Amino acid sequence: MKLTLKIWRQANANAKGSMQTYPIDGIEGDMSFLEMMDVLNEQLINKGEEPVVFDHDCREGICGSCSLQINGEPHGPDRGVTTCQLHMRMFNDGDEIVIEPFRAKAFPVIKDLMVDRSAFDRIQQAGGYVSVNTSGNTIDANSTPIEKENADAAFEAATCIGCGACVAACKNASAMLFTSAKVSQYALLPQGQVEASTRVLNMVEQMDKEGFGNCTNTGACEVECPKGISLENIARMNREYMAAVSKG
Amino acid sequence: MSILDAKIPEGPLADKWTKYKNEINLVNPANKRNIDVIVVGTGLAGGAAAASLAELGYNVKTFCYQDSPRRAHSIAAQGGINASKNYQGDGDSDYRLFYDTVKGGDYRSREANVYRLAEVSGNIIDQCVAQGVPFAREYGGLLDNRSFGGVLVSRTFYAKGQTGQQLLLGAYSAMNRQINRGKIQSFNRHEMLDIVKVDGKARGIIARNLVTGEIERHGAHAVVLATGGYGNVFYLSTNAMGSNVTAAWKAHRRGAFFANPCYTQIHPTCIPVSGDHQSKLTLMSESLRNDGRIWVPKKIEDAVAIREGKKKPTDLSEDERDYYLERRYPAFGNLVPRDVASRAAKERCDAGFGVNKTGEAVYLDFASAIDRYGKMEANIHKIDNPSAQKIYDLGRDVIENKYGNLFQMYEKIVDENPYKTPMMIYPAVHYTMGGLWVDYNLQTNIEGCYAAGEANFSDHGANRLGASALMQGLADGYFVLPYTIGDYLSNDIRTGKIPTDTPEFDQVEKDVNDRIHKLMNASGKHSVDHFHKKLGKIMWNKCGMSRNAKDLESAITEIAALRKEFWADVKIPGSADSMNPELEKAGRVADFLELGELFAKDALNRSESAGGHYREESVELDGPQKGEALRDDVNFKYVAAWEYKGEPKDAVLHKEDLKFENIELKTRSYK
Amino acid sequence: MGMISSSIARKFAMALSGLFLVFFLGQHFVINLTAVLDPDTFNSWSHFMGNNGLVQALLQPVLIFGVVFHFVMGFILELKNRGARVKSYAKYKGSANASWASRNMIISGLVILAFLCLHFYDFWFPEMIHKYVDALPLDPTRYYAETVHKFESPVRVGLYVIAFVLLAIHLWHGFASSFQSVGFNNKYSKALTKFAKVYSILIPLGFIFIALYLHLNQLPH
Repeated sequence: MKLTLKIWRQANANAKGSMQTYPIDGIEGDMSFLEMMDVLNEQLINKGEEPVVFDHDCREGICGSCSLQINGEPHGPDRGVTTCQLHMRMFNDGDEIVIEPFRAKAFPVIKDLMVDRSAFDRIQQAGGYVSVNTSGNTIDANSTPIEKENADAAFEAATCIGCGACVAACKNASAMLFTSAKVSQYALLPQGQVEASTRVLNMVEQMDKEGFGNCTNTGACEVECPKGISLENIARMNREYMAAVSKG
Repeated sequence: MSILDAKIPEGPLADKWTKYKNEINLVNPANKRNIDVIVVGTGLAGGAAAASLAELGYNVKTFCYQDSPRRAHSIAAQGGINASKNYQGDGDSDYRLFYDTVKGGDYRSREANVYRLAEVSGNIIDQCVAQGVPFAREYGGLLDNRSFGGVLVSRTFYAKGQTGQQLLLGAYSAMNRQINRGKIQSFNRHEMLDIVKVDGKARGIIARNLVTGEIERHGAHAVVLATGGYGNVFYLSTNAMGSNVTAAWKAHRRGAFFANPCYTQIHPTCIPVSGDHQSKLTLMSESLRNDGRIWVPKKIEDAVAIREGKKKPTDLSEDERDYYLERRYPAFGNLVPRDVASRAAKERCDAGFGVNKTGEAVYLDFASAIDRYGKMEANIHKIDNPSAQKIYDLGRDVIENKYGNLFQMYEKIVDENPYKTPMMIYPAVHYTMGGLWVDYNLQTNIEGCYAAGEANFSDHGANRLGASALMQGLADGYFVLPYTIGDYLSNDIRTGKIPTDTPEFDQVEKDVNDRIHKLMNASGKHSVDHFHKKLGKIMWNKCGMSRNAKDLESAITEIAALRKEFWADVKIPGSADSMNPELEKAGRVADFLELGELFAKDALNRSESAGGHYREESVELDGPQKGEALRDDVNFKYVAAWEYKGEPKDAVLHKEDLKFENIELKTRSYK
Repeated sequence: MGMISSSIARKFAMALSGLFLVFFLGQHFVINLTAVLDPDTFNSWSHFMGNNGLVQALLQPVLIFGVVFHFVMGFILELKNRGARVKSYAKYKGSANASWASRNMIISGLVILAFLCLHFYDFWFPEMIHKYVDALPLDPTRYYAETVHKFESPVRVGLYVIAFVLLAIHLWHGFASSFQSVGFNNKYSKALTKFAKVYSILIPLGFIFIALYLHLNQLPH
């Protein structure tokens, strides 16, 4: 199929940047979206132009590297997939596709479609862990049974891949879904209880410091999340946070 | 006497590691604060090592090319992690895990290393649970296990189809804790481009800041390379796009021996290639083989009809199907080890029974599992005389519960519903057992340079069993390196900070810059991918699942010629002093072009069939094993460690003889 | 508001003040409804609300604080949230993943604010002047006639209807969403959410009905 791509090009973090139009031909439905971008880049290189820079790595929807706002939605029009799993059969011959970086003050553009998501790392560093040393001399793994329901819910929260689609989709560029997923994982497990209060306070403080917007419960994040992280996690974080605040 | 000293501790197998730990030198906490360690790569091995070393008190610097340590490719491991916990009471033990791993590796791994791995495997699970890794649990609240290919016990712990992700996030959280404490400095979007030796010891690295293009010097008392495998030498593999051999190869060029490069694992259950545009291959967890049955049509006409779209797989009756694994290996059936399953698929497809457009796919069918589970569920729910549809629905739910995410992934990629029609699968390059040669301490030939996880060669011999990679990565990082590096660093307490303004650093930085300059100035006609794809074709066709002397010899010449062409004709747009993904790729492909040749040379040298390395010349000619791979313990019971001498073709072979004192060498039979 | 500086605390406060206003709205509606059912009850309840010391001295300031707080915090959050995306998208498909109501609370909120100004101009200021500036004598029977009279103008009724449609939209998202904000999202909250959705349609609809009813049933001058 034949497509018209409108792509954000920006030479570096300080450059101004603009949308550029690229016609492309010979795209097959079996290609992934990033393979379509590969085709474009191969063409650009052959013409002596700089290829379009975008983040990607595992190309199987788990590393969370790939991003891209495609036709106004993070990871494009399909649901439950990352951009690398989005296939071109979702588009039609003659379509115009607008491709932009994930936009948020806390995700500054590095180059073209690549953004800096290190704010997410800093939120996790503020408390997204259990303070247990790595000697292996802990108690036996089966000495604390965990209700299957809680273990499963903790797992569901932990499946977040940190791609930032929640922030990109949110009209407020809020990172609540991301932060709450991590808070929830630990809040649901006995191992996480000891540090539960300080964890949620510190992580939310860091989240605010990074310049993300506030949550207004539009639910866009949940819809666009490639891993289907539930809004229940945000409610849980709100609960955990207010409980921690009231404890003082 | 070989120049390779594995430094295996004396004493009975089961006591070696304890005895070793009791006898090593320790560094006191005050001194640890004055010692720096560089960890390159932040996957399971690197992340775990960095967190553990930082926690002990060393100053750690981590490097990864991704934008966050959490994105290392360990994250993509699906199925699970082995541990000899024997929670199921099915007869598992450290010894049995050790035995299965050595046997699964076709007796080409080091006994002492593997035993240590089995010994610490239980601790890994304890550790991960304590960190909050959400493993799958049973209704009683205890941990669940499943079985994996090549073994007869259920010892695999898992978190749905995302075990690697959960374990990596565990290690990443441990790292985060140390970053927050200021004990780890993490350099993301940085790529190690060379290692710096001072007086023969590894004392730092040269790295490129991938955002700014700046070349940086980092000094340290020891360097750990946990940079993964080199499966991308095949261009198409299940590795991440950025996975590369550069760090390990640079260490090799500086003196570290590269061991068994030809040992590659071709994973049997991957989604087949759909066309020339393909950039990478997607693995479907091996756990699918617990319930899926693999088959191709019995009659070649049916295969042809299916390829031409005239017939559908569901049109074929049971009698018209060839469940070739069940036929050839009645004892293990669909659960034979990966190398065996892969070769069997290739054999059928080469014989013309392949089932997709390109003839390179076999079926993985869940119909009978859905039926079996459906009947079981009907029984449990006391449904009398359930209809066929009811049975299907119940069974489908069970399958969805177990593999839902994998089925969904398959449907997204292939656009076919695997609940209704069998999946198509084909083998793909997945893991490389070979890697930097290390001794029992995980130290390479370069003093102070360690290699951990997939980057080293040590534990999996010629073939890795499923769910063992995660185990090895975490064992190396959490439980082995912290001891062995400490022993080495105990000699460095008076060394002081490693300065980077020395002639040694000057020289290596100059080498790095010269190479970048040379790449940027090739100003040829073809993109990096053009060469990478060509290399991949040579590797897959001549060094893939089945190898012979003639092909390997021509691969060596072809790769050398391609390498020459690459340096003369590669085209890299942009500049070196800013973000430039093409330049990054070029550097990696340049190294693959050297490694690929050594790979072929190693494969040519090893004229036996062992594990993932199958030589057409070496097969059983008679008896019940007729047609199966034939190992040659008389001539090849050794680790092939290659020393760099300029060109790959000039590499010098050193042999480390493998001693089997606790296991009797047998023909690996899964019949 | 310095005390409520974290994102979650603010969100929590928005939810609480919103829930308080939702409660007030219900109470207001019940009193208004008596204007349709029984003018005498309307007069007596209105007189009570307007002259009871507790209502006037305590509840009225609390209500005004609630309204002001909800608006001011709403603006602060809106500004901060806009600031969280410095460069906007060339193409943003908000409708793909979120309702119009949830994405445009500021618009529905502003309309409601404008309406409140009108409402204060119509009722509250005259009432204050009546009671405290002119200090006219108490007349417990005047409320019904004055109210009916206000709804004579079709323009005012039209504005009233528009405002309540937007209030319904505002509540449609806001009421149910406040449960999420205070951390209540589980299997029990589903029923509550349904109630909130029904409430956010029925109550504004009721106000509109009363307005139209009074407009169509004007008293002779």
